Amino acid sequence: MKFMKFVLAASLVSFNVQAFESSDKLLLTGGVNQLEGSAGGGLTPWALIGGYGTQEQIGANAFYTNVAISDYNLVSTGALVGIHDRVELSYAHQSFDTKDVGTALGLGYGFKLKQSIFGIKVKLIGDAVLDQDSWLPQIAFGIQYKKHEQGKIVRSVGAKDDKSFDFYLAGTKIFLAQSILANVTLRATEANQLGILGYGGDRINHHQLMIEGSVAYLLTRKIAVGVEYRTKPNNLNVASEDAWFDAFVAWAPMKNVSATLAYAYLGNIVLNQDQSSLYTSIQLGF
Amino acid sequence: MKILIAFFVLFASNIFANDLSTYKALGEEVGLTKVVDDLMVNLLKDERTKRFFEKADQKRIKEKLVEQFCMELGGPCKYTGQSMSRSHKGQDIKHSHFFALVELLQQAMDKHKIPSTAQNKLLAKLAPMHKDIINK
Repeated sequence: MKFMKFVLAASLVSFNVQAFESSDKLLLTGGVNQLEGSAGGGLTPWALIGGYGTQEQIGANAFYTNVAISDYNLVSTGALVGIHDRVELSYAHQSFDTKDVGTALGLGYGFKLKQSIFGIKVKLIGDAVLDQDSWLPQIAFGIQYKKHEQGKIVRSVGAKDDKSFDFYLAGTKIFLAQSILANVTLRATEANQLGILGYGGDRINHHQLMIEGSVAYLLTRKIAVGVEYRTKPNNLNVASEDAWFDAFVAWAPMKNVSATLAYAYLGNIVLNQDQSSLYTSIQLGF
Repeated sequence: MKILIAFFVLFASNIFANDLSTYKALGEEVGLTKVVDDLMVNLLKDERTKRFFEKADQKRIKEKLVEQFCMELGGPCKYTGQSMSRSHKGQDIKHSHFFALVELLQQAMDKHKIPSTAQNKLLAKLAPMHKDIINK
């Protein structure tokens, strides 16, 4: 894993030198980095290929996201490369601070659960921006490989595995005349709370199909506001899990910087009900 | 669900409202002329697009663009220029050039305080032309 991280970092640096003379996609049309590192909204991967590289170019960005939750805190950091507006490679590392719940679970105050997520996304058909004379969305297929760093601990709460794959199909369309972006993503997953609590469980131990949706309004070419919804499995006996919802504003003052601010409702997480959160994210592009 | 319905109503009202509001928001022919004048200034300044326009008949291109934008928005004009595929043939225009032009057009419209909704409506009319312009 360390080696893969190194390769990704090294390739980012070399791309930076060679290929980033200009990246010409329009502002915000590469999405932002969602929690698991893929280009999308905050919660959900979209069919858009991240970065501002067009078909002739390579784009890349790095992100830092903090989710300040009622009783927890989640930090997600990572980077992605968009290759010729066709393939997206991404990496994210999540660190989930259990705070008081860590004490209650006997792990100690502020114990951090950690996972890495390697993503690949391939655009299959359509162009969300250009094909304004068609109802066909841009459609992409993606895989997120998730690896937990504390297999023993997540098994102790009922998870069955410390690594797993998510598979998703995303359809994204920008209705330019209406200034609206719409996205629907279908995901097959067995991850518990994105994978922070491991994969599979003592209640359900197989992939299930989840639906995720986003709608955004493009206030200007630099600012989008929207809402997202993401259903999640409920695999563990000890800790029930709810669908997530957020309302966000994304701002791209220029090509190489964007910021996202959101309120997210996360429902039950482990021992604590009704968790709401403030989501802040910054993305730097090349 | 309520949000979805609201967006649907918004779609429907936009699709069936075949009016001149966007044409008017862009300032009709006078406003379009100003926007296109600034677009050409931007195109000649930008390294990405310069070479396509510096040796061309800029005055004619501007006239034809105003005609085209006006007609696309339902205004009282007729586009008298060449077809998009003919006028762009053999110019080796890539996606990056196409998006660069869109960006420069957005900047020109921003300068003239054209509301974002009207900007996007014009861009929605122009975007499908990519098929006749890019890699031809």
